[in-house]
Amino acid sequence: MFGRLTLDALPDNIVTIGGVVSGALAILAVVAAITYFKKWTWLWKNWLTSLDPKKIGIMYIVVAMVMLLRGLADAAMLRAQQAFFASNGGGPFDADFFQQVFSAHGTIMIFFVAMGVLFGIINLIVPLQIGARDVAFPLLNAISFWLFVAGMILINISLGLGEFSTAGWLAYPPLSSLEYSPGVGVDYWIWSLQIAGVGSLLSGINFLTTIFTMRRKGMSLMKMPIFVWSVMGSMILVALAFPILTVTLTLLGLDRTIGTHFFTSDAGGNPMMYVNLIWAWGHPEVYILILPAFGIFSEIVPVFSHKKLFGYKSMVWALMAITVLSFTVWLHHFFTMGAGANVNAFFGIMTMVIAIPTGVKVFNWLFTMFRGRIIMATPMLWFAGFVTTFAIGGLTGVLMAVPGIDYQVHNSLFLVAHFHNMIIGGVVFGVFAGITYWWPKFTGFRLHEGLGKVAFWCWLFGFLLAFLPLYALGFMGAVRRLDHYDSSLGWQGLFIVAAIGIVVILIGVFFQIVQLGYSIWKRKELAVSSDPWDGRTLEWATSTPVPEYNFATMTPVTTRDEFWEQKQRGLAPRPRSFEPISVPKNTGYGVYIGAMSLIVGFAIVWHVWWLFVIALIALVVLIISSTLREQTEHTLSSREVTAIEKKAWGGVS
Amino acid sequence: MRIRRAPLLVSLAIVIIFGVIWLLASRGQMEVLDPKGVIASEQYNLIIFTTALGLLVIIPVFAMLFGFMWKYRAGNDKARYTPDVASNNRLEAVWWGIPIIIIAILSVVTYFTTHQLDPYRAIQSDKKPIRVQVVALQWRWLFIYPDENIATINELYMPVGRPVEFFITADAPMSAFWIPSLGSQTYAMNGMTAKLHLQADKAGVYRGTNTNINGEGYARMNFSAIAGSDIEYAKWVQAAQRSQSMNWSTYEQVKEPSQDEHPQFYRLEESALYDKVMGKYMDHMSRDAHDMKAHHEGMSQ
Repeated sequence: MFGRLTLDALPDNIVTIGGVVSGALAILAVVAAITYFKKWTWLWKNWLTSLDPKKIGIMYIVVAMVMLLRGLADAAMLRAQQAFFASNGGGPFDADFFQQVFSAHGTIMIFFVAMGVLFGIINLIVPLQIGARDVAFPLLNAISFWLFVAGMILINISLGLGEFSTAGWLAYPPLSSLEYSPGVGVDYWIWSLQIAGVGSLLSGINFLTTIFTMRRKGMSLMKMPIFVWSVMGSMILVALAFPILTVTLTLLGLDRTIGTHFFTSDAGGNPMMYVNLIWAWGHPEVYILILPAFGIFSEIVPVFSHKKLFGYKSMVWALMAITVLSFTVWLHHFFTMGAGANVNAFFGIMTMVIAIPTGVKVFNWLFTMFRGRIIMATPMLWFAGFVTTFAIGGLTGVLMAVPGIDYQVHNSLFLVAHFHNMIIGGVVFGVFAGITYWWPKFTGFRLHEGLGKVAFWCWLFGFLLAFLPLYALGFMGAVRRLDHYDSSLGWQGLFIVAAIGIVVILIGVFFQIVQLGYSIWKRKELAVSSDPWDGRTLEWATSTPVPEYNFATMTPVTTRDEFWEQKQRGLAPRPRSFEPISVPKNTGYGVYIGAMSLIVGFAIVWHVWWLFVIALIALVVLIISSTLREQTEHTLSSREVTAIEKKAWGGVS
Repeated sequence: MRIRRAPLLVSLAIVIIFGVIWLLASRGQMEVLDPKGVIASEQYNLIIFTTALGLLVIIPVFAMLFGFMWKYRAGNDKARYTPDVASNNRLEAVWWGIPIIIIAILSVVTYFTTHQLDPYRAIQSDKKPIRVQVVALQWRWLFIYPDENIATINELYMPVGRPVEFFITADAPMSAFWIPSLGSQTYAMNGMTAKLHLQADKAGVYRGTNTNINGEGYARMNFSAIAGSDIEYAKWVQAAQRSQSMNWSTYEQVKEPSQDEHPQFYRLEESALYDKVMGKYMDHMSRDAHDMKAHHEGMSQ
């Protein structure tokens, strides 16, 4: 009846039970609060069923930030074990538990934090920056988000029912095969990533179409803000790379579920094929994450330097070069697999070549600051922190691109330090810079500056403390994923420093939470205009908070920093009356399709085949019927628009 | 006032962090930076060279970042302000050009060193290399010396100054063989052989490890690589030859998952043990061919 699902699936480990109980209590508290304040209808009508990309964007960021807390808790457990217990062989976590935790940490941080928060920012900013009123496919966008949520829920269910995979965040076979991982952990991993991955793919197609077809009249490609270019590069990669992930996960799923032999060691299967395929997706994935972060910094540096972006064309060429090159380097993740010298040399050199456009971008940012008037507000601090850490990460990246060096540092903590340098220093700092920068646009008040600066310094120093020791440990021969090491090796001191680093980062996170709460509390005092930073791009031209239709009038664009140039010329007087505007109607289909995908995924994981068949049929029916909606838009009359605009601009024109 | 103190405090904190890491790191052994063999030495030189080349870009970046942040800060009205300068072809050519030149140099170096350090490439020596077959198990290392008719668990002996030719496979999930002091890790995979050539140039006991997760006992999958004189090596071999025998059924016991890190020594009775382990994963066609070949070899003996 319930497939493999029995009472044994319940957790027996005190830490897991604690995690499940605290998670359940948090969910209960939120549910109780919504019920108490009678907000269910409001939540459903204004948020869950909304097709407004701004609301979807905010929901993405909220989910990703909750997942960030789980990922950080995992990280803290890993380092606590290594710093204080592992050298004696004891410790609170056994190997199996420890391996579940690091697999969860990597999976959740990449798929449900980094991807989520980036799609959130893209949803919020791209339509505004290209001067559009919406995305190309509003319902598809909602479906993407709810598939992301479904994947997120499925992977978190594994905490309470079953187990997490112990095969690392990329689950190489044969370790992830039925022979060595018979439990449900790998299945949870496969199907939650599969569901979220399909969501990402649909989003990629959606935003590519949006950027190509929905730009404001007059905005040629070379007039687009650099952030939009960076998202274009990123979404090209999503559209090309995520199908590889989908296929790879499907084949691994088939191996595990119906006994095929794509990636097994025997019967003609080949695990090396999996390693190639997963990195043919996985390396572009790194650039899917980092390109939008580059774009965010390209917006922030000119604004806070009060100067035009230096070398726009170079920036565009560099972005596009990185986009193309990111497909030619995947093998550098496994130089040690025994490919011939020519193959390794080719992929090593291609990897180094990526350093060229990346370096050009850094120089262009620096020369944007040159002869500017720089205000070191929090977003600019994040930028300075990013350049510092990213330069170190770039150097160690070039080191590892040389196969001869990679043979000596691969899979060591040197590698772990390198990619955290890129992902924390690049993606995470970029995201925090972007959130601080764009926050006032969507809320009408800015985040408290002093608390933000404290959080930044905690993150920066916490990061240096947590990851610089890992470079040294890598040179000492310490490999990744160790739940245990011999105390005579002299590694413990450095692991303790790394653990202190995590604590400092957690203090930074604490200050960010305080900053959020305090800023909301003091929102009257922190209130700002619709253009608080003297912005240059179109998102600052519309009112704050941004109306559902983004822009009341669609004045054609003539230049690159359109809003800045408008301000230089003197803003045109606001019109007194407006055309009617159509906006997409809310619909519950996103939620339904996400929920049904979750059931399908759950049924496969536990081999509950009757449920799988029913849910799959229901899913297909839902998808078909979602395309048959007759009324997809409703129109705001000219009077309604005029009233909204009048209220937003305080009746002044 | 506050803005003037901040850079000082930040620099001080960074110096302290580096100092602490340096001190703590000196308590252990920087195995990769303290090479004991020819391969690891070449790799160490490569690390130093590439780092120096990279610093040619990194140091100017840091200098410009902090210099510009300071000089062009808002409020410093003495600095020039050119809000509309948005490109300069000559400057941009410089920072496309310099990285291109540096990467071009590094690419040439990469091409040649990748060939030179190719794990399949034999080490130049007038001495005949020792052949060692390596089987990664869950979670122990089996070393077979086919020419000496011995096998060991978790202990390896490499006479100083003599090349060793490793044949590496696995009868376990993908694992990776690495002796940081001697150089070049290599993946061990079922049904496949990866080759690796290493040489120890100084006597000592070096730590060997697995770098690729292969299940629960992964962290305990360590071994010792002993480097000593030819005479010591001969003694070590003789001792092993007097030990318990290793045949297929012994192997099947040994390959059972175990986290026992202690070394074991065996007299090798099944001379084709390594090939038989490899053969377990071949598909039926090539397994048949393999058996035929083994059969022929048996006949000719």
